[in-house]
Amino acid sequence: MARAISWSESGRGGDLIRALYAKTGRAMTLGLTGPPGVGKSTLASGLVRKARSLGKRVGVVSVDPSSPFSHGALLGDRIRLAEHFTDECVFIRSMASRGHLGGLAGATADAVLLMDAFGFDVVLIETVGVGQSEVAIAELAHTVLVALQPGSGDSIQVLKAGIMEIADVFVVNKADHPMADQLRREIRSTMEMLQWDGWVPELVVTQALAGTGIDELWSAVERHVAYLNETGEMEMRRRDAFTHQVRQLALGRLEQRLNRAIRDGARDGVDPYEAAERILASLPKF
Amino acid sequence: MNERPLRIVIAKAGLDGHDRGAKVIARALRDAGMEVIYTGLFQTPEQIVQTAVQEDADGIGLSILSGAHMTLFPLVVEQLQAQGAGDIVFFGGGTIPPDDAQRLRDLGVRAIFTPGAPLQDIVDFVRSECGKRRALVG
Repeated sequence: MARAISWSESGRGGDLIRALYAKTGRAMTLGLTGPPGVGKSTLASGLVRKARSLGKRVGVVSVDPSSPFSHGALLGDRIRLAEHFTDECVFIRSMASRGHLGGLAGATADAVLLMDAFGFDVVLIETVGVGQSEVAIAELAHTVLVALQPGSGDSIQVLKAGIMEIADVFVVNKADHPMADQLRREIRSTMEMLQWDGWVPELVVTQALAGTGIDELWSAVERHVAYLNETGEMEMRRRDAFTHQVRQLALGRLEQRLNRAIRDGARDGVDPYEAAERILASLPKF
Repeated sequence: MNERPLRIVIAKAGLDGHDRGAKVIARALRDAGMEVIYTGLFQTPEQIVQTAVQEDADGIGLSILSGAHMTLFPLVVEQLQAQGAGDIVFFGGGTIPPDDAQRLRDLGVRAIFTPGAPLQDIVDFVRSECGKRRALVG
């Protein structure tokens, strides 16, 4: 599987995914996102421990940023997951974002499919540490956990658009932080102001390092999965994940063609609008 | 796409909390365009090799400053064999006397870098040797 993910990362995973696609669709996929340093990896470790205690096989895909300058990357999410390294039923893969925006890497969706096809019951996707608008994870995961940091802004931050809108479960981590309770209250009061249609995001307070609140978090996840199954929304989420991947793949190919066209196209004395028109006109119709 | 960067695991093993060197190397490899997976401190040889296998790493760099190099390096070599991962380029660094370094190389550690080794030498070694492994496995 390690090799298969590498194939996907170098754009050669197509045949394998085609062959295995029928075996996918069984795993529960959990997305974990939030700002850098909020404790995503530590929460991930806690969730892996919980899932293992229930006898589930767990795959983890953990994305960290690539350097826009050297294209290198330092992938450090494993550090918090060390206790699971030698567990045969846990497979952890670090991934560099390689220029992809949105908090995921190009091959993340493939890695999730592969883990699913290889029989992992739970696939946990940890995004790049995100700012306010990296919401790609919402398309890929069935359940999205948004982890928030106490002491990082007032109620207006909570009201803003972006990652706050994609949470199925809010996690206030670092419960021992003096501002933790204030953050919890602000999220709660903001949620009370809004109209909810169907699922109302849950709010769980954790202290991941000590393992506190992980059981409650897992229960919230299970309630969300049950909700998805009962209401038929699971099908919608699966379709979203499918669409996400189709778009990623198509865009990737299109981008290559575009880059070639831009490189080859003459652009002297032309304004950017005109240049863009010409390039689009020069592309083969599809 | 296409040109996938080399992937290198940088590891610290056993009771050895000094990771400044490991971080310097990790940073240098990153700046050379590689993807570096840092394991964190206090890893066992089994954890390190398991990590490299799951990450499909092209190389493992192990830093040891505790004096336990004659125990830990051979255990990693053993684990690599046991896991059928002998294609992964294993190299290391630390405060390692020349005689020990020679014995470790004889055991299959591909290179030992001691204090004062120029970063560029290490980067060049990794790029060339791990690049060969990559060319082999694709």
